[in-house]
Amino acid sequence: MAGEKEIRSKIASVKNMQKITSAMEKVAASKIRKAQKQMEASRPYAERIRRVIGHLSHANPDYKHPYMTEREVKRVGFIIISTDRGLCGGLNINLFKRIIGEMAEWQGKNVDVDLALVGAKSVQFFRRIGGNVLGTATHLGDRPSVNDLLGSIKVMLDAYEDGKIDRLFLANNVFVSAMSQKPTITTLLPISAIDLGDESLQDHWDYIYEPDAGELLDDVLMRYIESQVYRGAVENFASEMAAKMVAMKSATDNAGEIIESLQLEYNKARQAAITQEISEIVGGAAAVSG
Amino acid sequence: MATIKVDIVSAEGEIHSGEARMVYAPAQMGEVGIAPRHAPLLTALSPGEVRIEDTDGKEHGFYITGGMLEVQPHLVTVLADTALRGDQLDEAAALAAKQQAEEALKGVSSDTDLRQAQAELAEASARYRAAQKLKGKR
Repeated sequence: MAGEKEIRSKIASVKNMQKITSAMEKVAASKIRKAQKQMEASRPYAERIRRVIGHLSHANPDYKHPYMTEREVKRVGFIIISTDRGLCGGLNINLFKRIIGEMAEWQGKNVDVDLALVGAKSVQFFRRIGGNVLGTATHLGDRPSVNDLLGSIKVMLDAYEDGKIDRLFLANNVFVSAMSQKPTITTLLPISAIDLGDESLQDHWDYIYEPDAGELLDDVLMRYIESQVYRGAVENFASEMAAKMVAMKSATDNAGEIIESLQLEYNKARQAAITQEISEIVGGAAAVSG
Repeated sequence: MATIKVDIVSAEGEIHSGEARMVYAPAQMGEVGIAPRHAPLLTALSPGEVRIEDTDGKEHGFYITGGMLEVQPHLVTVLADTALRGDQLDEAAALAAKQQAEEALKGVSSDTDLRQAQAELAEASARYRAAQKLKGKR
């Protein structure tokens, strides 16, 4: 049986680890709340911009922007949003599995795949797996900002406009609740899928455009895509924190169990030592008196 | 007196929402003033100040770095950008993203590699120290 002292130092080190994991759990829990607020905050913009696009396409149904027209698919693009840091359970791996499945499906149809990666974990992963990466963005921190994402989005939008890709997807974890996050792939382009239904706009009317309708539509649509990707990044961050909280909670619980069993072992070792000592004393005394 | 509803939103949050008598915005073709029942208008905004005259006649100013302005007869929506924009800036951002991708994939001296190497180094030295301790004990 291991020595008393060794077990004691083991217990101390496990206790230290437990302190760290429980601190991480609490930090993650408080960050979830912040991230959720950020998610809420991004909603009005997305709604408004969707409405503007709705108005636009109602106002001139003849004008078809490339973002809104369906093309034959020869090559597809994915914007993949992962976390920057680990220790969040199977969050990233679940997402990557989903993406790999999807990619294999496209490749089975002889369609090549281009990637834009957000988050250090996806960069690491796809460096190992391989894949045609057009752009990356990492180290977004606790408050992802649109600014950090612009580059990667622009790369993909350019590729779409140049006809290098015919469809663009966004892959990220969707925050369902603190207990559940869902790896999700959504279509960004073409935008035909937007529900433009708005009964109040049945009359045919048009905007006054300054400077020019096409240019403005370009701008609005680009911002729409950006706001979608931004929302994905925020949502993914909330998911990361939720997954981290759960992972750290189970690590803390595990540490508790280990401490308990080590404590038991320690008590046993201590008891054995005492028993041995007593039996030695008794034996010694018997030898003297005998 | 007639009023018009004004919403100023950016991707990262709602900035202002309320009724107003008059709205002034820095459109790209020059500043525009929007009164209630203005004709539908869609225009791009330059960096500048959006001023709102509220129902009490007080003025509120909001600095924006650009964006879009949509006007409906009873609703003004300002879609504010969160960052300075412009074709060249966007182009530069795209280029930076590309370069980062190339570096990360080459894995020469990228940030992720450095971080990983540092983590590995820390782990290795911790192991070494632990080994030394055990050696000392025996």
